[in-house]
Amino acid sequence: MAKIGVFICHCGENIASKVDCTKLAAAIGEHPGVAVSVEYKYFCSEPGQESVKKAIRDNNLTGVIIAACSPRMHEATFRKVCAEAGLNPYLCEIANIREQCSWVHNDNDMATEKAMDITRSMIEKVKRNNKLQPIEVPVTRRALVIGGGVAGIQAALDIANAGQEVVLVEREPSLGGHMAQLSETFPTLDCSQCILTPRMVEVAQHPKIRLLTYAEVEHVDGFIGNFKVKIRMKSRYVNRDVCTGCGDCMVKCPVKKISSEFDCGLGKRTAIYTPFAQSVPNIPVIDKASCIYFKNGKCKTCMKSCQINAINFDMQDEFIDLDIGAIVVATGFQIQNTAGYGEYGYGKYPDVITGLQFERLATASGPTSGKILRPSDGKEPETVVFIQCAGSRDPSKGVRYCSKICCMYTAKHAMLYAHKVHHGKSHVFYMDIRAAGKGYDEFTRRTIEEDDASYVRGRVSKVWLENGKLMVRGVDTLLGRPVTIPADMVVLATAMVPQPNAKEFAKTIGIAYDEYGYYNEAHLKLRPVESSSAGVFLAGACQSPKDIPDSIAQASASASKVLALFSKETLEREPVVASTNEATCAGCWGCVLACPYNAIEQKDILDRSGRIIKRVASVNPGLCQGCGTCVTFCRSNSIDLAGFTEKQIFAEVMAL
Amino acid sequence: MSETFEPKIIAFVCTYCTYAGADLAGTSRLKYAPNVRIIRLPCTGRISPMFILKALQKGADGILISGCHPGDCHFTHGNYHARRRWMVFRSLLDFMGISPERVKFSWISAAEGGKFADLINNVTEDIRKLGPFDQYKELIMETEAPATL
Repeated sequence: MAKIGVFICHCGENIASKVDCTKLAAAIGEHPGVAVSVEYKYFCSEPGQESVKKAIRDNNLTGVIIAACSPRMHEATFRKVCAEAGLNPYLCEIANIREQCSWVHNDNDMATEKAMDITRSMIEKVKRNNKLQPIEVPVTRRALVIGGGVAGIQAALDIANAGQEVVLVEREPSLGGHMAQLSETFPTLDCSQCILTPRMVEVAQHPKIRLLTYAEVEHVDGFIGNFKVKIRMKSRYVNRDVCTGCGDCMVKCPVKKISSEFDCGLGKRTAIYTPFAQSVPNIPVIDKASCIYFKNGKCKTCMKSCQINAINFDMQDEFIDLDIGAIVVATGFQIQNTAGYGEYGYGKYPDVITGLQFERLATASGPTSGKILRPSDGKEPETVVFIQCAGSRDPSKGVRYCSKICCMYTAKHAMLYAHKVHHGKSHVFYMDIRAAGKGYDEFTRRTIEEDDASYVRGRVSKVWLENGKLMVRGVDTLLGRPVTIPADMVVLATAMVPQPNAKEFAKTIGIAYDEYGYYNEAHLKLRPVESSSAGVFLAGACQSPKDIPDSIAQASASASKVLALFSKETLEREPVVASTNEATCAGCWGCVLACPYNAIEQKDILDRSGRIIKRVASVNPGLCQGCGTCVTFCRSNSIDLAGFTEKQIFAEVMAL
Repeated sequence: MSETFEPKIIAFVCTYCTYAGADLAGTSRLKYAPNVRIIRLPCTGRISPMFILKALQKGADGILISGCHPGDCHFTHGNYHARRRWMVFRSLLDFMGISPERVKFSWISAAEGGKFADLINNVTEDIRKLGPFDQYKELIMETEAPATL
């Protein structure tokens, strides 16, 4: 027989001014199964909590209803009170008579009547509550960081420096990501390589970090604390264990005119190559598509030049299986394909370049050794036009968002250009200058005031070639008239976009993404580094356009989340999970289709001799997040959700 | 009729969006019609059409289903399942001779307290216009009468 205790809180005046609590307590006291029905000014206060505990002990209550504020407010408080009084905490429910009753209604009688309904409904629910235990799952203390850009590097180092194991997977032959391609960084003009490469080396040498470059995450299974990850080690054709990185093979390689991805097509590389001189690890890979040997079976010049026989043309992709406890996704971004901007002439005129190409021109380690030279004729440009928002904030080209970094890097480009080409003149077309950040606005002011960049507020409609000059036609919206500037070089601040395979990869890991393919955080404000999947965290530009400080901050935040997870041997989770009735399950797998978390597995029911009698659905409580979609899907009522069972909900409905 | 008809409406809402939106309406002290009783569920995906039928059978004059906006579901897809189920269930209601107007479907996020209050007022007004749902008596006859014969 149920013995329910109902505790009606006045919440000072908040509830009592609208709901007649005395009348409510009296009416609820008559409800079948209610053993205690009392009111008090503040049940959340110390004496209030004590009175609840005493009532539980004195009356051997089998369930508790706190008729008070929202469960989002104090459910945890009162569940703890119940646990302290020896009652299973999941036998406590909250009747929300403040946020959803006393605060929103004017009529006292109506409010009192509604409070009665709400309380009765919860009483009927709690009568059917089951004693639940939090679910404990073990934690594998090894983190996987996906992506070796600055965010991935930071996350890996933070986790490893705290003494936990890290596996860092990078798709490219070297660590570094986009930051390695940059010249100087705003707003301090630190040389990008100088601040990044020491960290890359630190990663490679860290005893707690296992670095896997030229590798890709093939498959992720499992759940928080217990992921099973399969990694494909792409064949380098160079034995990474013996190669010393001497570079003889690259010198001898006869294929020398391949457009360098790292230099954004402004430089050349060989078929056996490292992306850049400071690559970590400094071990080359053979580009199978360009290598003469792979094309026609002859050459092997690199193999002959290698004194330690590190080159092996028969190498195959290898697979590594790892047990992982937490994942940090730091897969970064790409720049938008400018093909959509035919009017700017990118691809048609060699001197119309992207911002990233300008970085390669400006950097000392780039194809021009840091001199700003036109790709077409190698001359110094006298006039440069920078076009901001060449892609961003343009719904017609599919990017509605602001790429966030372009205002700053364009200001930096104009500044670097002024420092390198003293007689040069730069013009910047902008929509708005968004320079929010520490020292950012001062930086753009410096570009305008000290380095004499002329900023024109307006869009560019067309770029064409006339008498050897790139004619840039735009509008100056502040003066209200069109302008045409003859330029020697045009730099497009192209939009940041997600990696081309971002959506596909999100499905591999099981995380949510937005319409563009940026990965969604669990809550934009309160949980900005957690993905929609427990145990998977986000860092850097894979989540949204970000600059370097923001990426690093997010990476460190993700690392701290991982470390918090690793601070325990086991995890405790709310036991609101689904379970199946194996006796009635017909194995239609409707629930498998419904489950957003792949938490439902097929389970074989065997007879004594080990033969399969039938296959049924079985819920993995570690993966189940408790949405209950499967319950509604099940045609044979063979699956139910703890805490929100069919019985409980029907009882609630019936009581109303 | 001298007295205005006060409909009884049962709302099935998800805890992450609409329940939180209803709490926000409360903390913002917005006033709305007292006709709705809220049943909290983890997700709109958990809402079985049977809950709705049971509520109608027990004398509810109107039903409200509300959850996270498409794309915002805490459980990624639950609200899409709810929406698809609702499209089918609407036809079933129509087929059974129950006006689909009595069952409202809506998206309210945790930030939309004002929208929640407006929604409750509008739904209450709409259901009030439809009048009391008397068909439930027939439903009871059909489902429960044989046992009492």
